Order: sequence, then structure tokens, then C-alpha cells
Amino acid sequence: MATTVETADGKKTKSVQYIEVDEVTIRFAGDSGDGMQLTGNQFTSTTAQLGNDLSTFPDYPSEIRAPAGTLYGVSGFQIHFSSKAIHTPGDRFDTLVAMNPAALKVNLKLLHEGGNIIVNTDAFDAKNLKLAKYDTSPLEDNSLKGYKVFPVPITTLTTAALEDTGLSKKDMMRSKNFFALGLLYWMYNRPMDQTLEWIQQKFGKLPAVADANTKALKAGYNFGNITETFTVQYEVRPAELPAGTYRNVTGNEATALGMVAATQKAGLPGFLGSYPITPASEILQELSHQKRFNFRTFQAEDEIAGICTAIGASYGGSLAFTTTSGPGMALKTEAIGLALMVELPLVIINVQRGGPSTGLPTKTEQSDLYQAILGRNGEAPVPVIAACSPAGCFYGAFEAARLAIKYMTPVILLTDGYIANGSEPWLIPNAEDLPDISVPFATDPENFKPYVRDEHLSRPWAVPGMEGFEHRIGGLEKQHITGNVSHDPANHQFMVEMRDRKVANIANDIPDQTVFGADEGELAIVGWGGTYGAIRSAVERLQSDGKSVAHIHVKHLNPFPKNLGDMLRRYKKVLIPELNLGQLAFLLRAQYRIDTITYSKVQGLPFTPGEIEDKANEILKSI
Amino acid sequence: MSNEEATKEQLDDQVKKLTPKDLASDQDVRWCPGCGDYSMLSQLQRTLPEIGVKKEDIAVIAGIGCSSRFPYYMSTYGFHGIHGRALAIASGLKAGHPKLSVWVSTGDGDCLSIGGNHFIHALRRNVDINVMMFNNRIYALTKGQYSPTSQHGQKTKTSPQGVIDHPFNPVLIALGAEGTFVARSMDRDPKHLKEMLLRMAQHKGTSFIDLLQNCVIFNDKAYDIYTNKETRGDNTVLLEHGKPLVFGNNRDKGIRLDGFRPQIVSLDDYSESDLLVHDEKSKELAFILGHMNDQPDFPMPLGVFLDIERPTYEEELDKHVQLAIEKEGAGDLNALLHNGATWEIEGNGK
Ligand SMILES: Cc1ncc(C[n+]2csc(CCOP(=O)(O)OP(=O)(O)O)c2C)c(N)n1
Ligand code: SF4
Repeated sequence: MATTVETADGKKTKSVQYIEVDEVTIRFAGDSGDGMQLTGNQFTSTTAQLGNDLSTFPDYPSEIRAPAGTLYGVSGFQIHFSSKAIHTPGDRFDTLVAMNPAALKVNLKLLHEGGNIIVNTDAFDAKNLKLAKYDTSPLEDNSLKGYKVFPVPITTLTTAALEDTGLSKKDMMRSKNFFALGLLYWMYNRPMDQTLEWIQQKFGKLPAVADANTKALKAGYNFGNITETFTVQYEVRPAELPAGTYRNVTGNEATALGMVAATQKAGLPGFLGSYPITPASEILQELSHQKRFNFRTFQAEDEIAGICTAIGASYGGSLAFTTTSGPGMALKTEAIGLALMVELPLVIINVQRGGPSTGLPTKTEQSDLYQAILGRNGEAPVPVIAACSPAGCFYGAFEAARLAIKYMTPVILLTDGYIANGSEPWLIPNAEDLPDISVPFATDPENFKPYVRDEHLSRPWAVPGMEGFEHRIGGLEKQHITGNVSHDPANHQFMVEMRDRKVANIANDIPDQTVFGADEGELAIVGWGGTYGAIRSAVERLQSDGKSVAHIHVKHLNPFPKNLGDMLRRYKKVLIPELNLGQLAFLLRAQYRIDTITYSKVQGLPFTPGEIEDKANEILKSI
Repeated sequence: MSNEEATKEQLDDQVKKLTPKDLASDQDVRWCPGCGDYSMLSQLQRTLPEIGVKKEDIAVIAGIGCSSRFPYYMSTYGFHGIHGRALAIASGLKAGHPKLSVWVSTGDGDCLSIGGNHFIHALRRNVDINVMMFNNRIYALTKGQYSPTSQHGQKTKTSPQGVIDHPFNPVLIALGAEGTFVARSMDRDPKHLKEMLLRMAQHKGTSFIDLLQNCVIFNDKAYDIYTNKETRGDNTVLLEHGKPLVFGNNRDKGIRLDGFRPQIVSLDDYSESDLLVHDEKSKELAFILGHMNDQPDFPMPLGVFLDIERPTYEEELDKHVQLAIEKEGAGDLNALLHNGATWEIEGNGK
């Protein structure tokens, strides 16, 4: 459909074609200093408000400000939005916004053939081309001929729009990301209101900056509207999602919300002992704002202190948490053993990143599963669960807390950088509908024994301050029931087995494993954690092609759901895509003695649905 | 009698009834006969009934080491943690549960070696906990390796030719970490020890005491010159607020300041009014006194080096909680879940 557009001043008219599409993926890319994360986040909130389903993927270098123009300094933000339910930020994108040559070079390989490229031509000077290792300008050498290239002098246009603001050239340039955002708002037919409001809120105290960003945003929008460059506007209708109230959440935000919700439903004060580390720091930051919930945050001197303060707080009757990422998890190891030995509730959250050692701090990986399940001295069973999407982090944190309190045990929740930073719309639950997870503290001082056990094999929780319950606990082996230190050989074996049984019994308290698709067939694709979206998208495509493929996504990793082994045996082949070298595969094989095929990717990047689909097809052909 | 008075009286009653025996647990104490730890245990059991806290409000937290077995021997709440981490556990306990009286028993290895980082940070935060550091200048539980306070040249299992690491001075680390209460005492002077423990209990904030403790097995007589009757007077000096620093077996010597340098003088040549008068409120003086016995011939100061006020960590944290509630109202979970931009989707979904 072609329409004639009349602009505000009524001067120009042009013919614009509206194209209605089901889904769109956009990648904003530029220098670390170009504000691409901010641009992406604004586009995301506006899109969320319009009712699209969406998924985002921020991808940035670990340097705070990598040298401008370099290939390794490119910062990207990808958003996939749709009028249908979607699960990933998209394999490839339809539109690439490249603020400089390096951004173009790094991202071009994932742009769909025939896709749109909006380039800031001002940045394509000799110096930047050289930094991006281009011999000739891609804008002139015909190398982009398979794409629709929109050359826009974004820097020049932004400075022109801000001429009368009195700002310095350098300050004006800071607003060029808002120009790009405005242009994309026009292109994808999104209203500017929310971002305008946000600018006022954020920069209200700096009126000159607020004014500049506002003008740049509008200038970008109008540029799209007025010039002849753009002849297409896209329309993506709201998605058909279950009814209710939604908000957009990142995984880290959702984790923090789940933690607060758990303390409220447990009726306990909250406590987080933590030490900042990428990509987990936002959880600590977020919770430092939640003191009105009687939630205390303690920024410790290191991870060991982080978990030990949490253990102390748990001993004192708080629902205690500690958050970290791989290297910090390594430091907490000894204290996790202590928490399980003294049998106090504690939730340990590991937002996994690329490892080992400092590894890839800003990139995602799933390689801490062995560490979570096996990585302690002694026979040290700890329940482990994994969240599978940004919104899923809320339920992950809540479930971890529920198990920790009920079974008087540390529980590990695994999330990862991909879902922690990524976002999606979340159907907000009603506080009233969340289960009550409060536990009675010990009540009978006469017969109190610190290591007597209830029907779940849990010991009673008695907190300093409770009269008549004075008792001693510690990391040394203790006698069954009395809790007195004991080195008796038979007692040690008994206690080791008891602790093991306590955790194994949790299998009776977790939901049976569900399957997406038929409960028997040719191929089951088994996943855990943040690969959920990519696997689900791939399986949806495979199923719609009539293939016999099911998706089994395991959320409880220790213990596994009771029916998991039998379920897996009903498929001819079991494919396990993991962002590691096959850790879940190892555990499943060890426990159920089944043969599995590992599809491993360890590149600091999530799977794309396409990759999993291809792998599945390859296996299906061989059956 | 008002209600308030009644409860106060009842409280006093309950607390008064406590005797040192009430504070002893049913566990056999398993330190070596003659170990200085016994004296520490018995003084804490004598002190606690006097501080006006109920038994259930007392928690003793420990790391790992001989001295860290302490909690098992107390009938209060007790937590025997992991090596070096007692202060972190105690800090979390106190931060989450401010009304407790929290005591930490730790060794020189536990506190200054593996736990050194937690030690300095607990002091700067000023969490209201009482840190008793049993300083036997040796790793006892692991059977005789040198510790961070072992003296230069000391022969131990891991230093057959003598320790070459320079020893830590615990008092100076505590002062450098901005500790608000820093003291020293020893197992062989129960009266002084008890007085110090009482002062610690009264202090709001982290109180740290360097307790010179004799390990009869691995470092016997390490402090002999400070403890035996013949040499004690000449080798120690008592710090008492507002009093001049007099010492010597015949109380015939004193410390005066020559600029910033302490100087030993004879009371034949000087009168008491020429001597340095101790001031627990002076950080500067605390450092000077802390350094003093690093120099040969100077006596080891015993007593309170510093006792100053600073808001405690848990008070401030609590204030932030109260302030947040005052300003924003007590947390409403539904409001939190709906915070920020939300949108409605009407039942068009599956
Ligand atoms: C992580 C860890 N490292 C080492 C040890 C072994 N260890 C136990 S106690 C101790 C030193 C104890 O010395 P100190 O703290 O001075 O206490 P003391 O036994 O002298 O009272 C060591 C090295 C341990 N238990 N845990
Ligand atoms: S080894 Fe030394 S410190 Fe340990 S109990 Fe025996 S005497 Fe005391």
C-alpha cells in the first residue's frame, strides 16, 4: 500500500509504502561510547508498551570504553519483536544500524540478505575505515549490493538540529544515538512519547541535555518522515498473549524481584551478602533499593565474605541470598559446604559467564553446571535449579528460596549472562497467587535437639534470641540428633547418607518433567537454562515441518525430576545442545545410562534456533 | 510500678540469675591441660552475667583453630565456622539481627592470615561485635607452623632456620583499619582480662582485643617475660585512661614523650607529672603506644589503646531500612511487581 505523507509544514510530500510484518529483528551497533545500549533499551520499552512480544540481546565488550572505531570496541543491542509469541532475540536481523565502519563489519554477517543497513556516513572517514580494516569504503565499492543501504549523515544532521542549543560540538555529538532512535521509531511506526518522557525524567536536572536529546530524537523522526531516502514503513501488530498486566524485565531484574517476593511470602527479613561481578552486579544494585521490604544488602569485601555474611544472617533468621558469577562462585565453594553442613537455608545465585578463570566476563556460557553439582570437597549434595528465560528468573529465585527454607539447605540457582541481560515481556503475577512458603521455627524448647529431623529430613530452625533453644552448630561432623561434634565412623557414614537422602528426596517435591511435543518419537532435544528460547523456536519450526521432535527443558538439575529417565528412553535419539562441552549430557548419562548426542557451542554466544534446527535435521536424516 | 518498669525488673531478674555455670555447656573442654584458652573461657563466662544480656541473646562465633572451639564450651548460641571467616559470619548475623550480643573467638592465624581481609573490613565497618583474638604466635591446631605474629627468627615446624616473615602487630592493624576499640590483655592476668572483656561489652562498635595466650604445646613461654613475676613489671606497662605511664618491678620507671617518641625515664630523675598520661580517645597516641614495644627494651602495653565512638554498621543499615519505610511506605509486593511501565493485554491470547 502506498500513501502520500504530508508533513507538519505541509511542504513536502512523498509516497510511503506500509508493509505489515509478523516479526522484525533490529541490531543497533556502534562504539561503546555511542549509547547503543540506551538506544536499544528505549526502543524496547516503547515496543513492549505497544504489546508486541519481544526478546533482546545486549552484546558489549568488556572494556568500559574500548578505543573508538575499533573492531573489538563494537557494542551492539539486538531486539526481536513480533505479533506472535517468540522465544529468542532472533538468529539474524532485518535491519542493522551501523554507527561506524567497525559496527558494520562486525555485524554484517548476521544481516538477512536484502536487509536494511542504516549507516552513519559521517563516521566512514579514512581513519575509521582503517581502524575497521577496510581497504576501500564498503559504501562505495559495491560490496553491499545485496542489501538496502540507507546512507544518513547522522552526525551532521544531529549537529545541525542542535545548532541553536549553544552546546559544544562534542556535546551535540552525544545526542546522535537519539537521532538514530528517532529514525527507527519512524521506520517501525512507534510513538516517541515514552522516550520523551524518559528524557525529561532522566535529564530533568540538566535542561540543556534534555533539550538536545529531545531535539535529536524528533529530528531523526522527522528525517524519516520528510526525506525521500525512506519509502517504507513497517507495521508490527500487538502479539496475541495471555490476558493480564505485563512489564518488560531483564533476567537480573526478575531475579531480584523473585528474591523480594520470596522473603515476603516467607514472612522473613531478606538479606543479600554479595560482591560485585559481571554479569551479576545488577541484582545487588537492584536490591539495594528494596530496603522498605526489610531487605538488607551487604556489599562485602569479597565473595567469601558475601556468602559468609549471608550464612550469618541465615543463622540469625533472615532469608539469605548471595549472588555472583563463575569466579566468585569458585571462592564461595568452602562456605557452601559449611551451609550444607550446618543445614541452614541459603540461596546462591550464579549468573554464569564465559570461563574458566576470568574468561569472557561479558559473554554468556553454561559451563558452571559441574561446579554447581559436583564442585565441593566431601560428599556435598546441593539442590540445583536453572532459570530458562529472563522472566523465568523470577520463578527460579522463588523456587530456590522455597526449597532452601523447607529443606534447610543451600540451593544453587543458575542463570546466565544471556538471560540476565536479555529482556522479555512478563505477565506479572498477583502477589496473592504466589504460594505461601513460610516455615514454623522450632516451638518446643523442652525437646529441642538441633539435628532432629522432620518428615522431609529437615532439621528445625531455631534462631538466636529464642529462649530455651540455645545450641551450637558448625562445620565439623556432628552426631545425629544431638548435633554434638562426632568423629564416630559409623555416625559419619550415616550422616553423609542422610544429607544425600534429604536432597534426593526433593525429587518428590518438584513437578514432573514436562515435554513440548509428543512423549515419544524420533528425537528429543534436551536443554537446561538459557538455551530454552533457541531450542523451543527450533522445535516449533521442526514440528511445523511435521518432524517427530520434542523439547524437554530441565529446570531441576539436582535432583532431576523423577520421570526424566523414563521419558528420555522413549526417543530414538537425544540431542543436548549446551554452551559447554557436554555437562548435562555427562550427568544424564551417568544417572540414566542413556546415550546422548552433545551439540556444544562455547563462543560466548547463545545458540540461534537455526543452528539447532540444522543439527536436528542432520540427526533425523541419520535415523 | 509501670509496665515498663516491671519488664525491666523481670529482665534484670532473669539476667541476674545467670551464673558462670549457666554459661558452661555440657561438652567436655578439650584443650591441652595448661592451655591459656581455659582462662579466656572462664573469664568470658564470668563477664557475660554482668553485662545485662539474656543468655539467648548471646552468640559466640568462631573460625577454625584451637581457640575457635570456644563456642562448643558455651551454653549460649554458638557457631563454629570455617577457617578465617568468623568475622564475616558474625557481621552478617549482627547486621541481620542487631539486638544480639555477638562474640567472636579467633586465633592469630585465623584472624590475621586467612581472615585478614575480613578483619580489616569488619573494623572499618564498625559492626558491633566483640573480637577476642587468641594470640599464641603459632598455628596450634595444625601442630606448630609459624603464624603471622610469630617473631622474626622463631623456629617452628615450617621455619627450621627461623621465621623470615616480619610479624604483624595486631594492635596497629586494628588501629590502621579504623577500629574504634582496641585493647590488649593476657591469659595470665584474669582480673585484667575480665575488666577488658567488660569494657568490650560496653563498647558500641567492633571491639578488638589482642589476647596474649600461652600455647603450652607448640610455643610455651612465648610471653614468659610479660607474665612471670620477676620480669613482668619491667616488661609491661598498664594503660589506664587519665593516668601516667608508670612501670617497673618497683614502679620506678615511666614513659614520657620526646616529640612523638616515647622515652623510658627513671622516676629518680623525673616526677609522675612529667610522664605521658594515657588518653583512650586519642588515635594519635594509640598509634604511638601501639608501636612502642616494637623497639627493644620498651615494655609491652596492656589495656585499652583506643575507645572512641562511631556509628555502628548495623545501626546505619537499620536506619536506611526505617528511612525507606518512612519515605516510601512499607513494601507492597504487588506495587513492586507492577513498578515501572506496564501494559494490559485483553484476553486475545490462547
Ligand atoms: C581453608 C583452610 N585452610 C587451612 C586449614 C587448616 N588450619 C586449621 S586451623 C589453622 C591455623 C590455626 O591457627 P590459629 O588461628 O592461630 O589458631 P590456634 O590453633 O593457634 O588457636 C589452619 C592452618 C583449614 N581448616 N581450612
Ligand atoms: S595446642 Fe596449644 S593452643 Fe591448642 S589447646 Fe593445646 S595448648 Fe592450647
